Amino acid sequence: MSLWVREEVQEMLRGLELPGNHMTTELGTAHARETRVAARCLGLVKRYGDVTAVNGLDLEVRAGECLGLLGPNGAGKTTTVEILEGLTPPTSGTVEVLGRAWGSGDDNDLRQHLGVQLQETQLAEKLTVAETVRLFRSFYRRGRDVDAVVRLVELDEKRNSRVGKLSGGQRQRLAVACALVSDPDLLFLDEPTTGLDPQARLKLWEVVETFRRGGGTVILTTHYMEEAERLCDRVAIMDHGSIIALGTPAKLIAALGADQILEFSVAEQLQEETLTTLSGVRGVHLRDGAYALTVTDIALALPALLDELERQHAKLVTLTTHQATLEDVFVSLTGRMLRND
Amino acid sequence: MTDGPDMKAKRVSANPSSEINTGTVKSDAEAVGRGRGSQPAKRQTMHPLVELTLTRVREFVREPEVIFWVFIFPVLLACALGLAFRNTAPEKIRIAVEGNGKNQVVAALERSGDVVPVVLSEEEAARALRTGNVALVVRVIGSQISDQGSQISDQGSQISDQGSQISDQGSQISEPRSQILNQGSQVSGQGSQTAFPQLIYRYDPTRPESRTAKLAVDNAVWRAKGTDNDLNARDETVAEVGARYIDFLIPGLIGLNLMGSGMWGLGFAIVSARGKKLLKRFAATPMRRSHYLLSFMLSRLLFLALEVAALVAFAWLVFGVVVRGSLIDVALCAVVGALAFSGLGLLVAARPRTVEGVSGLMNFVMLPMWLLSGTFFSAARFPQWFQPIIRALPLTALNDVMRAVMNDGVPLVSHWTQLAIVLAWGLVSFVVALRIFRWQ
Repeated sequence: MSLWVREEVQEMLRGLELPGNHMTTELGTAHARETRVAARCLGLVKRYGDVTAVNGLDLEVRAGECLGLLGPNGAGKTTTVEILEGLTPPTSGTVEVLGRAWGSGDDNDLRQHLGVQLQETQLAEKLTVAETVRLFRSFYRRGRDVDAVVRLVELDEKRNSRVGKLSGGQRQRLAVACALVSDPDLLFLDEPTTGLDPQARLKLWEVVETFRRGGGTVILTTHYMEEAERLCDRVAIMDHGSIIALGTPAKLIAALGADQILEFSVAEQLQEETLTTLSGVRGVHLRDGAYALTVTDIALALPALLDELERQHAKLVTLTTHQATLEDVFVSLTGRMLRND
Repeated sequence: MTDGPDMKAKRVSANPSSEINTGTVKSDAEAVGRGRGSQPAKRQTMHPLVELTLTRVREFVREPEVIFWVFIFPVLLACALGLAFRNTAPEKIRIAVEGNGKNQVVAALERSGDVVPVVLSEEEAARALRTGNVALVVRVIGSQISDQGSQISDQGSQISDQGSQISDQGSQISEPRSQILNQGSQVSGQGSQTAFPQLIYRYDPTRPESRTAKLAVDNAVWRAKGTDNDLNARDETVAEVGARYIDFLIPGLIGLNLMGSGMWGLGFAIVSARGKKLLKRFAATPMRRSHYLLSFMLSRLLFLALEVAALVAFAWLVFGVVVRGSLIDVALCAVVGALAFSGLGLLVAARPRTVEGVSGLMNFVMLPMWLLSGTFFSAARFPQWFQPIIRALPLTALNDVMRAVMNDGVPLVSHWTQLAIVLAWGLVSFVVALRIFRWQ
């Protein structure tokens, strides 16, 4: 932390020394923002043979924020995170973490400031919870008290249980404890709640929120929209190795230009073109054989739809409406809209 | 008419390429097309047993490591062993010859071609037998025997004056000697040229190759004498502590055990940690990578004391095998061996991703040493040109040192070259393993 802070201060001082007169205001703000960057990558590309896992990705993670990488499996989330963690060298592009590049100096010194939870790591089954956390604590010059971390992830009752005896949720919390024990400035969580039941997921979210209250930066990957909505300040939606949208969850949803989604299915084939012209409807997508309308005003759209169905002699099978979510953003970005445009 | 279609068919099949533009070829092609259309119904789904068998074959063939271990490794092993045993037919057993008048015996043995005689001093011969370098020691007893008939040496001038009927004058020797020879109860033969000295066979009867060696020597001597008369040989079975086969075996087993536990213990632990992505997780921490590998070597040392102590104590209690050298030397030797083999274990486990892969690789490394390194039988049995390679193997070097300390009781420093070989293996393996180690 100390080293990074020093650099940050130096950077700020440099910024101050420059009398902004030859800079535009915009550049000035960009520079000021830059001083608070926890991680950044530019033109990141990673290829495995013929497969391009990451395809020219630009990303800036601000200090103190929780940034979510949201996308389906194979979108390149894990590869991106592992490049940032210094585990995978990129094919091309630049990476900067806490103001430093991997391989430029003492990588292990940089790792002192990071906390990492990997997807699918199986910790040694024969060790107890406390032993495991203590082992990870021993790798760091400074860090948290082992017992405190075990308590933080609510495993104090299990502190002497073997890892092999823990449930899935408990194991994930232990993995997060191993990431938190270094008291990191930057915490990487790669699908921390995949495969967990809702209650276990909720507990883990609370752990992350506690860490955030302490001012830590989090980079999180997930394919759960509600996880991203709850935990993340900003969300980067990824598909095919690049970011297709970036913003706060609220802004991303607002960008749909709709606050309601109206889903319905009918027994017959419909003339889709007429649906888009209905009042209050902004877009139409076909999702798993059902129609999804993004709707600005449900009070206008619903009667119009029912009239239209009657006109086409279509029989309604299902009808649901819900508030627009990141999921709808994702579908609107990666689904028909993106592909057909 | 039925001739028409037949002839068409013949023409087409006999010369298809020249008929491209004719209608008959077209119709033939159509026929083929129809045939294709109708056949898939039969060919698409084969009998489940065939499909299942094919699946097994595909799975097998698509695992490149398996291909190597199943097909290529045995061939390589066969090559290596074929080379090793090519010149060492089982009859070519090494025999130590010592004592006076041994030249005659050596010549007889060489002429027989069944065994390889080696001339050694009494002390050397005893050690060679103890370390398994020779299967049998033939002690030749020339003239210095109290038995009345056999007091004649090959040189007339050295006839002992104890012999009552032999004069001091050389000119008179020949006659009385023949007289004596006829009287001699244990010496047979017609004259001094064919007279054979008395032989004593020293060997451990529990070693099968020693018994074979004895028979081979008997044969050679018989042939040299040209008669079926008494061989004038007696056995002296070796059963004193330090010279038995079990004494030879125990230090080798300690070496073998050090190798096995070092390799298996480390290999599986590391490869399974790699499979669980635990290594990757460690790589994401500031943990020093050399510390991780060193921890395996250090933990091996903790178990080492128990392993070696148990084996030494067992051998002592059950078989009466004693350590002639210093126990500290044995311990040092074991420590060096354990470090070397854990280094080798790290190297073997440095890359494989699966337990299957690392198992194959371990066998590949260990099997040659099982066979070549003189654990169960002396490495000296392998041909001379092969010796430099065998001597350079860590297990051979370790076994040599261990035997020297335990059986011969010599200080460790006397075998510093072997010790250096073992250490070098450990060091080089560790450094290379650290370099090529796969963390994810």
